[in-house]
Order: sequence, then structure tokens, then C-alpha cells
Amino acid sequence: MPMDSSPSSNRRPRLSLGPILYYWPRERVLDFYAEMLETPVDVIYLGETICSKRRLLRPEDYWELAERIAASGKEPVISTLALIESEGELKTLQRQCADERFLVEANDLAALEFLEGRAFVAGHSINLYNQRTLSFLAERGLERWVLPVELGRETAADLLGSRPSGVECELFAFGRLPLAYSARCFTAYNRNLGKDDCQFCCGDYPDGLLVSTQEDTPFLNLNGIQTQSATTHNLLPMLDEVMRLGVDLLRISPQSRHSAAIVEVFADCLTGDLEPAEATARLRSYAPSGLCDGYWRGQAGIAAETGARRD
Amino acid sequence: MELVCPAGNLPSLKAAVDNGADAVYTGFRDETNARHFAGLNFNEKQIRTGLDYAHDRKVKVFVAINTYAQPSGWARWTAAVDRAADLGVDALILADLGVLDYAAERHPHINLHLSVQGSATNPAAIGFMHRHFGIRRVVVPRVLSLAQVASLIEKTEVPVEIFGFGSLCVMVEGRCLLSSYACGQSPNTFGACSPAAHVEWRDTPQGQETRLGGILIERRSHAEPAGYPTLCKGRYQVAGELRHAIEEPTSLNTLDILPDILAAGVSAIKVEGRQRSTRYVTQVTKVWREAIDACKRNPQSFRPKESWRQVLAQVSEGAQTTLGPYHRPWH
Repeated sequence: MPMDSSPSSNRRPRLSLGPILYYWPRERVLDFYAEMLETPVDVIYLGETICSKRRLLRPEDYWELAERIAASGKEPVISTLALIESEGELKTLQRQCADERFLVEANDLAALEFLEGRAFVAGHSINLYNQRTLSFLAERGLERWVLPVELGRETAADLLGSRPSGVECELFAFGRLPLAYSARCFTAYNRNLGKDDCQFCCGDYPDGLLVSTQEDTPFLNLNGIQTQSATTHNLLPMLDEVMRLGVDLLRISPQSRHSAAIVEVFADCLTGDLEPAEATARLRSYAPSGLCDGYWRGQAGIAAETGARRD
Repeated sequence: MELVCPAGNLPSLKAAVDNGADAVYTGFRDETNARHFAGLNFNEKQIRTGLDYAHDRKVKVFVAINTYAQPSGWARWTAAVDRAADLGVDALILADLGVLDYAAERHPHINLHLSVQGSATNPAAIGFMHRHFGIRRVVVPRVLSLAQVASLIEKTEVPVEIFGFGSLCVMVEGRCLLSSYACGQSPNTFGACSPAAHVEWRDTPQGQETRLGGILIERRSHAEPAGYPTLCKGRYQVAGELRHAIEEPTSLNTLDILPDILAAGVSAIKVEGRQRSTRYVTQVTKVWREAIDACKRNPQSFRPKESWRQVLAQVSEGAQTTLGPYHRPWH
């Protein structure tokens, strides 16, 4: 396979918006995307990735939104469920993967089975940890991969340094880290409800349900079957390094408030209108449980070089 | 249905073989397997001795190389695959797509099993792995209900192995980063969850504290028993309430539903616990051998014996056991 041997180009990465991970009312979702169309974000990932019971928007609704996003000049990508267990989930996934109008992001191995042979994105929950996996998937249509969030700069540099030509790399750059998936719905569990009788209680937590330690340190964030970090991962202070490595996209994960402002901060840093240090001071106010960046530096994910844990 | 038992060292391997395992699974002494604990696992000489012991008694030996290789360590994973293949083990238990691709190309004659760390929970994911790497078995993550396991078995040509007993991972294996979030090392990258080097125990006036990477994951009164310090089983504050936010300190025991497991067409049942003692391996293997044999003889009238329950209760981690995800209300 031809390798991209050109020196890292210092090309400015594009900005992407990850899928909405929480359960928001339909109107709120539609308003959110209407607002995002006005921001300088380049790529928008859409779709339910956490729980198949959340059906306020159906695949058809997301396709319609994707048409609108494409018409506005931005790139839509259909993102898919991260944990596939039931036959119904598999059928929906198959339908999403069969629609060739839009690029699709695979978040479970099942999606690779349906997407093989056409261009696709491997999301951060596809375990792409080494060059052989990267080449293997590239031969099957991989066009872009999102680095698994626990991997740091050293592995990113190794992978970027020998990536197959034409394959793009995206980093999860801002948001609560997606850490784990389970059969159990933790939101329902903490409301003493069973998953089959969840009463859609995740709708009560537009940014997830905070878990703090017994000494009140914000630690985790529960979002249905997904466990996230309580702290917000922020790679903006490493922007120069990320650009030197040749990263193609930076992902901002939606939150119930300030997403448009966060996109603007990243965009202003990319154009040089804002210094990353000043920008991070601004971003801190959008991260109620503090910022973290340890994974990138090869440390515990919760660690923060920027002194960003709760003030 | 095959009984697959853990062997963290040679005495445990022999104990599993002597007490009725159909297969034992092991790993090398490094981060290429998901039980990378100090003093555990096999060097080449030990595994050769173990292989001879097991093969002389018609018991199979599987080697787990089921963590994820990063570029800087890639050669260690391929070396582990080559070593296991050269030793003539009965199967490699792999998770990483790149490692699977390497093993399938370099050692096409070797049986490959997809590890639980490979996170395949549905027929399409298993189909993908089978089509590309010819996997001969899949160990499914502890997320499916028994009805889902049965349905999966109907829809895939790959034999299915499930976990029957031992510690309970609450998250989809291979896709849980909680440990590295707290301390920088995870099952995927390092081969251990909540590794001992990052765990601190501290007696304080408020009780005994357990910290992982400095983060308080449990504080209990001195009277309460301390379990293995996985952060998913600690107590935390959620909406003003102190509780087990993710799971209680409980372990998996599926003895009660053994006839259903058999009827579902499960090909192999796995006992967790390569990090546990030889006594654990001896007792658990013995009970499960008896139970499987009794169940096969007469599934309709199968009832777990009280003596089995007592033995298993003594070696279980935590005070309670659960059917876990196999039982829908757990979800």
C-alpha cells in the first residue's frame, strides 16, 4: 500500500461536531442543528449512537437533516449505534449502512461488515490501535478514523507517520470522554428502574448524570448505557503539536449549552485570531467539572496539564 | 459443551487438568494478555511443561494474546503469536484486528478464537471476524441476556463460548477505558484493570479508603470486607446519594441456569480467574465438571447441589453472586 511520505503539511485541521450523545427533545435537536449550521464547523456527525430505545428522531429524520447540512455546504456523516445486541438494532444499522448518499461512521464491528467495500469512518469505539489494523481497514474502505480516546500523542504520531495515503485522522478534541459501554442502563439503575422500564429518564439529564467520589471530586458521567468522564477533555492547548502531526479533523462533542461558542473558540484559534492559552481560559467556563488532557500526554485520562481541574 | 478453566501458573494448570477441565487458558508474562499481573503467567519452559501435561491427558491449551498492540510494542504481540504457534497450542485467543490479521496470514493452520476483549456481540460482527480471519470460536462479552445468546447461536456458524463463573465485568470487554481514565493503564493497553501499582489502601478515621491513581473509589467501614479494587464496584455520590453507581461488589455464577445454557447450544463455558489461587481453580473446576456432567445426563431434573453452592460461595469475590446480564432484570 502506498504510504504518505510527504512531511507533515501543517495544514489547518477541519472542525467536526460529534453526534449528540444525550437524549434531548426532538425540537431541541432540530434547533441545535439549525444553530450549528451558522457556525464554522465543517463536518457534522448525526444519529443515535447510545440507545436504540431513543426514537424521537428516526433514521429518516437524520437523513433529512443530513440533506439540509449538505445543502449548506457542510459535510454530514451518519453515525451509528455503538453497541449492537438485538436483531432490531442490527436491521436499523444495516439500513443506515446501505444508504450510500452519506458517509457512515462505524461504532461497532457489525458496521464494518455492512460497510466493507464503500468509504466509511471508523469511530473512536472501533479499536484501531496499530498500523496493521489501520492498513487492514484502509483496504476495506476506511476513509477516516477517530483515534481511540485512550491513545496519546506517541501512538498518534506513529500511526500518522505511516498512514495509508488518503486516510484521514480525527481526534476527539473537546467534550466529556466516552469511556465505556454496558448492557446496563446506568441512568435507569441510579433511578432504581430497570432498563426495560426506564421511563426514558435519561431525558432528565441533558448533559448526563454526574458521579462524584466520596470526597466530592467529579469523576464520571452516566449517559444511559455509556459511561463518560465528568471532566471535559480539551486538546486545544496542544493545537500546534496536533497540526504538526498532520491531524485532519478535530471533533467537538455536543453539550446542552455553549457548543456554538466552543466551535467559535476552536475556529478562532485555527485562524490565529485567538491564542490557545486565552482560548482555554474561555473554554474552562464551558466545562462545569473542569478540563482534562492526560490521555494525549500518555497519562491518566483525568490528568490535566493545564491546571484545569475544578478551581 | 466444553469446560474452559483458567491457569495463571503451572500448579493451577495441573489443578484444572486433574479436576476435569476440557481446556485451560493461559497467557505469557507480559502485557500481551488481559491478566498481566505480577508473578502470574507462563514463560516458555513452563508453558511447554504445561502443554505436555495437558496434552498427555487429552486436555487442550489455549493462549490468550488478547490486548491491543500499539506501534511501539507491535513486535511483542507478533512474537507472542509466533511463540504460541511454534509451541503447538490448541488455539490462540485474540482481540486486536491487526494481530488477528497477522496470525491468520502467518499461521493459517492455527485455531483462532475471538477473545471477549474483541467485543463481538452480534452475528454481523462475528461474521466479519470469521470471513476475514476464519475464527473458530467467539467468546461473547458479558452483555447479552441468555435469550440473546440463544438467538446469536442460531444466527452464526461460529461456535459460541460464554463466561459462566467468576468476576463480573459490567462493561463491554475491550471497550472499557475506566481504568486508564483513572490511572493511565487499561485492559486494552496494559492487560490489567485497576493495576496493583496504582492502588492505595489507607486506614483513616472515616474508614478504609481505596484509591486508584489517587482517586477515591471506595471508603468503607472497617467492618465491611474489602474486595478487588475495580473502580466500577466502588461507592460514589449520585444526585446527593451515596451508592454503588455502576455495580455492587458481586460476581457471576450461572449454575442455576446451566440447563438453559446447554439447551441454547453454547459450545463452551468459561471460568474467569487466572489471577486466582490454585485452590480456587481446583474447587471451581471440580464443581463445574460435576455440574455439567449431571446436567448433560438429565437436564430436566438438574438442580445445583447445596454442596456445590457452598464451595463456590467460599471462593467467590464479594458476598453475593448474580446471573448478571444473562438475567434480563439485571440490565
